[in-house]
Amino acid sequence: MTAEPVAVDVVVVGAGPAGSCAATALARRGHSVILLERGPFAGSKNMYGGVVYPRILDQLHPNWWEEVPIQRWITRRSTMVLTDSQAMTVDFRSQHWADPPYNGATAYRPDFDHWLAQKAEADGVQVVTSTTAVGLLRDEAGRIVGVRTDRPDGDLRASVVIACDGVNSFLAKEAGLFREHQTAADNYTVGVKETIALPRDVIEQRFGVRGREGVDIEILGGTGGVNGGGFVYTNLDTLGVGVVLKLPALAAQQQRPEEIIADLKAHPAIAPLVEGGEVVEYSAHLIPEAGRSMMPTLTTDGMLVAGDAASMCLAAGIWLEGVNFAMASGMYAGEATADALAAGDTSAPGLAGYERRLGDTFVLRDHDKLHRAPGLVLSDRVQHQYPQMIANVVERVFRVDNPQPKPGLRRIVREERKRAGIGIRDLARDAWTGLRSFG
Amino acid sequence: MSRRPEWPEISFQDRMDTTRFDVHERAHIVVDGDTCAGCTTRECVVACPANLFVPTSDGGIVFNYEQCFECGTCYLVCNREGAISWSYPDGGHGVVFRRT
Repeated sequence: MTAEPVAVDVVVVGAGPAGSCAATALARRGHSVILLERGPFAGSKNMYGGVVYPRILDQLHPNWWEEVPIQRWITRRSTMVLTDSQAMTVDFRSQHWADPPYNGATAYRPDFDHWLAQKAEADGVQVVTSTTAVGLLRDEAGRIVGVRTDRPDGDLRASVVIACDGVNSFLAKEAGLFREHQTAADNYTVGVKETIALPRDVIEQRFGVRGREGVDIEILGGTGGVNGGGFVYTNLDTLGVGVVLKLPALAAQQQRPEEIIADLKAHPAIAPLVEGGEVVEYSAHLIPEAGRSMMPTLTTDGMLVAGDAASMCLAAGIWLEGVNFAMASGMYAGEATADALAAGDTSAPGLAGYERRLGDTFVLRDHDKLHRAPGLVLSDRVQHQYPQMIANVVERVFRVDNPQPKPGLRRIVREERKRAGIGIRDLARDAWTGLRSFG
Repeated sequence: MSRRPEWPEISFQDRMDTTRFDVHERAHIVVDGDTCAGCTTRECVVACPANLFVPTSDGGIVFNYEQCFECGTCYLVCNREGAISWSYPDGGHGVVFRRT
């Protein structure tokens, strides 16, 4: 070998939740790690649609809740179905989620991600910010041996590269880990969000919470003609209000994202919650929406992919998660890399412990079980026809039409199914897909 | 749907000005005007959350990179090979989120 000396054992690209957990796991095993971040600080490029579920941090940072910079602990979870003039909400509240270890929390990602990167730094990771990885370094045999950065003399050589460079992962694409159909626009949604300031006491009155308790409202419908969804969630003295829009559907119509948000905010079910608030930040980010079917090859010689870069987001309707999948996949990538370094084999077979760990845990088990869910949730029937049918059924159930007697529920459902143009076979097929996914 | 809230909506520029951008002199996204000239579908114009693609009266597209969220929507929805050259801004530059 005539190669230059290796600068560090591992370069982790991207100091989001995947990268910081990967780096921490490696540093704990005694390895030298550089964690690259292209923003001026970890988290500065990141946004999301509401809730982080941090229990996976039990393994890296026990009692994390004592120090994690969150906004509110979610104690109310609402799922809302909207039509132009109707809203049906399933609203659940649990005080079990108001105490450690909690369930979910709202957070500002620039705070949360920065904290997680600081934890990595405390474990001995060298965090290098304001540095963009612009490509992969390869040896004569084509094996990945580091990354090129945009710093002068910015080549970083390492035994292993862990790409946690986000949803657009140019490193995973350059390494040839995606098949072409996996990076088609159809697999992505764009999340667009307003951060809206309101006094803390006004938020607590409107949403019925106190102290650090918070609310997450996930919305089906309310995105105009574009398939997707909406959300409203509470921070301490701001709200996150936004929409998630399927890319080809968004590009094929005339309403712009901020106009779709404006319509959502004007809906009679939403307007009283957001009224009078001041937009204090506007943001957008892509979401890898299609789950298992768009996951790249996860390991190659000298490199692993984790987090959004590996399409680890779970967009399965009633479950919308991402940060936890990023943290877990990053942690397992770090552990598997430590094993490979100890065994002296960082080829793809040597790194196979990564995929084995993912397969043994919720990361791939949830994704495998729910691999049909993203398609179902974003289908035209679930997006447009079922919400209308459900709202009309509920409206007729509760409408008192005296002197007409009450109609039977079966008749209402049959009539509203027909009125919404839903065939019985399609309904049965969707029910079966839903049962197999969620059951 | 044409409902609008009773309180005033902020202008698009005011909306964008709520977000911090540390702009680098190098444009990280370059749009090839010649390729765009014959495009009739113009997916980027409606889809870009930052509204950075502006049609011109002569059928072209003017693009501003300064207030870009670096999301990637434009290159994914674009149907024209080579119209959009997309990369990240140089390290330390571009969008800086704070309460997202």
